[in-house]
Amino acid sequence: MIDQSRETWITGIGLLSSLGEGVEVHRSRLNSGDAPVTDFNAFPSFLIHPLGSVDFDKQIPKKGDQRQMELWQRIGVYTAGLALTDAGVAGNEELLKRMDMIVAAAGGERDVKVDASVADELRTANNPEARLNERLQSELRPTLFLAQLSNLLAGNISIVHGVVGSSRTFMGEESSGVQAVQTAHARIRAGQSDLALVGGAYNAARPDMLGLWEFAHMHYRDAFKPLFAPDRKPGMATGTGSAFLVLESRQHAEARGAKPIAKLTHVDSARARRSAAGDVTETVRTLFANARKQSPKAGAIYSSASGVEPATAEEASVLKEQNLPVRAVASRVGQTFESMFVFGIAFAALAVAEGKLAAAMPGVPLETQGADGVESILISTVGHWRGEGIGVVEAI
Amino acid sequence: MANNAFRDSSGRPIVVVTGMGIVSSLGQGKEDNWTKLAAGVSGIHRIKRFPVDGLRTTIAGTVDYLFDQPVSAPVLSERLASLAAEEAIAQSGVGSKGNFPGPLFCAVAPVEVEWPQRRALAAEADAAQPYTPEVALEISARGKHPEWHELFLYGTVADHLADTFGTKGMPISISTACASGGTAIQLALESIRRGESDAALAIGTDGSVHAEALIRFSLLSALSTHNDPPEQASKPFSKNRDGFVMAEGAGALVLESLEHATARGARILGVVAGCGEVADNFHRTRSSPDGKPIIACLKHALSDAGMTADDIDHINAHGTSTPENDKMETVGLTAVFGERAKQIPISSNKSMIGHTLTAAGAIEAVVSLLTIEHQRIPPTINYAVPDPALALDVVGNSARDAKVRNIISNSFGFGGQNVCLVLSGEPA
Repeated sequence: MIDQSRETWITGIGLLSSLGEGVEVHRSRLNSGDAPVTDFNAFPSFLIHPLGSVDFDKQIPKKGDQRQMELWQRIGVYTAGLALTDAGVAGNEELLKRMDMIVAAAGGERDVKVDASVADELRTANNPEARLNERLQSELRPTLFLAQLSNLLAGNISIVHGVVGSSRTFMGEESSGVQAVQTAHARIRAGQSDLALVGGAYNAARPDMLGLWEFAHMHYRDAFKPLFAPDRKPGMATGTGSAFLVLESRQHAEARGAKPIAKLTHVDSARARRSAAGDVTETVRTLFANARKQSPKAGAIYSSASGVEPATAEEASVLKEQNLPVRAVASRVGQTFESMFVFGIAFAALAVAEGKLAAAMPGVPLETQGADGVESILISTVGHWRGEGIGVVEAI
Repeated sequence: MANNAFRDSSGRPIVVVTGMGIVSSLGQGKEDNWTKLAAGVSGIHRIKRFPVDGLRTTIAGTVDYLFDQPVSAPVLSERLASLAAEEAIAQSGVGSKGNFPGPLFCAVAPVEVEWPQRRALAAEADAAQPYTPEVALEISARGKHPEWHELFLYGTVADHLADTFGTKGMPISISTACASGGTAIQLALESIRRGESDAALAIGTDGSVHAEALIRFSLLSALSTHNDPPEQASKPFSKNRDGFVMAEGAGALVLESLEHATARGARILGVVAGCGEVADNFHRTRSSPDGKPIIACLKHALSDAGMTADDIDHINAHGTSTPENDKMETVGLTAVFGERAKQIPISSNKSMIGHTLTAAGAIEAVVSLLTIEHQRIPPTINYAVPDPALALDVVGNSARDAKVRNIISNSFGFGGQNVCLVLSGEPA
């Protein structure tokens, strides 16, 4: 028997992406069917979804704090602030003191110019190792180290917004976002937590990160085409962005009179070995079967497919079997890794809240028109390299 | 209804430890490490892995006996974790080979492309042209090094460990800086308490001592520069302490519900009685000067364990040997334990092992349970000049026999991370 007071409600959403900032902008851009915002020139031939200009002062008032962060942290801290504000929690010290936090994170920006210049000189240096020591000691900025550390996104959220109940950072690309949501959900359901902030942030405009994906030829290098379009080339078009959710037990939300956006009823994750063709298909099929038992009235799927093959084709084959309208999250905001699943949950929550799916992308057979009044949406994630996950969001 | 003997005072499943493994600069395995820790042996030495020309700190507790050639940090971290987990699972006897019946919570250091790879890419570029970030991207995209993609993903170490040990589901990779090992145990504890599984594997591993990592901590003035002799550099709670010593290692623990462990007749090594966590929002690298977050963290841990300060017999300190940490840890302990703070024996394993960063919380949990097993507290070595401002009963220089039933093990990290574990002997 499920204790209804331990339901997980989504009471706050923070969004920042190439589409803009905040819930309203995203809702209207998703519904309008406008072409996504992409950039093919910043890193020629690499298609990314870039971030527009952001007035960071609005959520990070102290310039001193901003200087201690690199862009990935600033956008994460900013977006966490949007979520806290949306939930009516911002500035409420009593709540923030016992608010839990799980951030899904990788690492932050390096000074790529210094890196390249040092690597350049070491090609001809007589004693390259000694020269490396010398240059790093004089050119690494101490604050940059803190701007790179994975757990310092959470650390900066504590400092800027005062979330201090707990602070956990999960790593591991797409999976870490699924597990952040899954762990927060499980803790709330079990009564280990009443109020939690979860999310992540990614800066796509980094040549070193593009290089990491390109070691294995995984970045998308063509004009924009939506995911699951039959003639789309493989690869992920990465996106700069951040998504955060405030998750709350129903009991706690009702007691403080918080207005719920939607409820999160199910989160599950898995790890296909991916050593044989069909591993991913099998794993995702099982995740869907279990999720649909939990939520038989599911009316759509928000997929966080990356575009890297064969994972995306294997996912697509399962999506097809579900006979539900599909919306690919990364077609709208780009592949954002750690926050990808969180974006999916947030977009699905907005959709069930108004009973209306995001506009379908033209030329994508899986993105069929949805009927109005959708009450329940499945959110799937298949990591570009590993990790599968699913969530269910329902209207309240 | 579940048997009450398997539940704690709050009605939650009691979580016990049935297997432990440890690797450090002192050696591999519990026996070797315990013998040396009890004898006050230091694992800190001059760095040989890379040239230390021009560096302010030239010492560390690296683990150099596993590979003949230099390897990337994630490769060493995985190997360290593997060895520790193998020992822990073998001792526990849970599951079968390659089939661990529960999830993996793995504290691992953040990763990124390292200098050998950066230099290799630069070497592949046109030597006549300046090497820029744009050129670096172009060379990366030639596809000559597909394996570097997986090597430098943040989830890879845990993913490989999940393959090796057959843990269930997607492993969780954790980074809470120097509290990571404690957080891994905390997540495993919470998962078993929620009834999600009967067993979980918690690992903390760190093999990331390389030149840039050392320089970064050095630029933050966090490291000891007492390079000579290396074994005397780490001196927690001493008046002349001047920073921590970077080190490598791994600790692994098999956590199990008492019910599950009892049913299969497993030997119980100890109980994870409780855990506390509080984030500090004072500063990125410094603790709140009033000590409030540390105090709250200690209190949460005690209350989670259903204990009071009087129940604690020993503190396994975070004790990094930085001026800041040891002072703030003392402030916290003094506030929570009052006059007793001067009477509870406290010791820092980091005096001998160094600061294993991501692994420290897990390694020190293992040492804490060994302390209970042997009823003997390993010393804080190099305690020649006690800091009079730190009114604690430091187990200085040589091990002390003591009646130890309940231990608090502290882990604090950059980014305001605080985790305190309460570890106990066999359940009554």
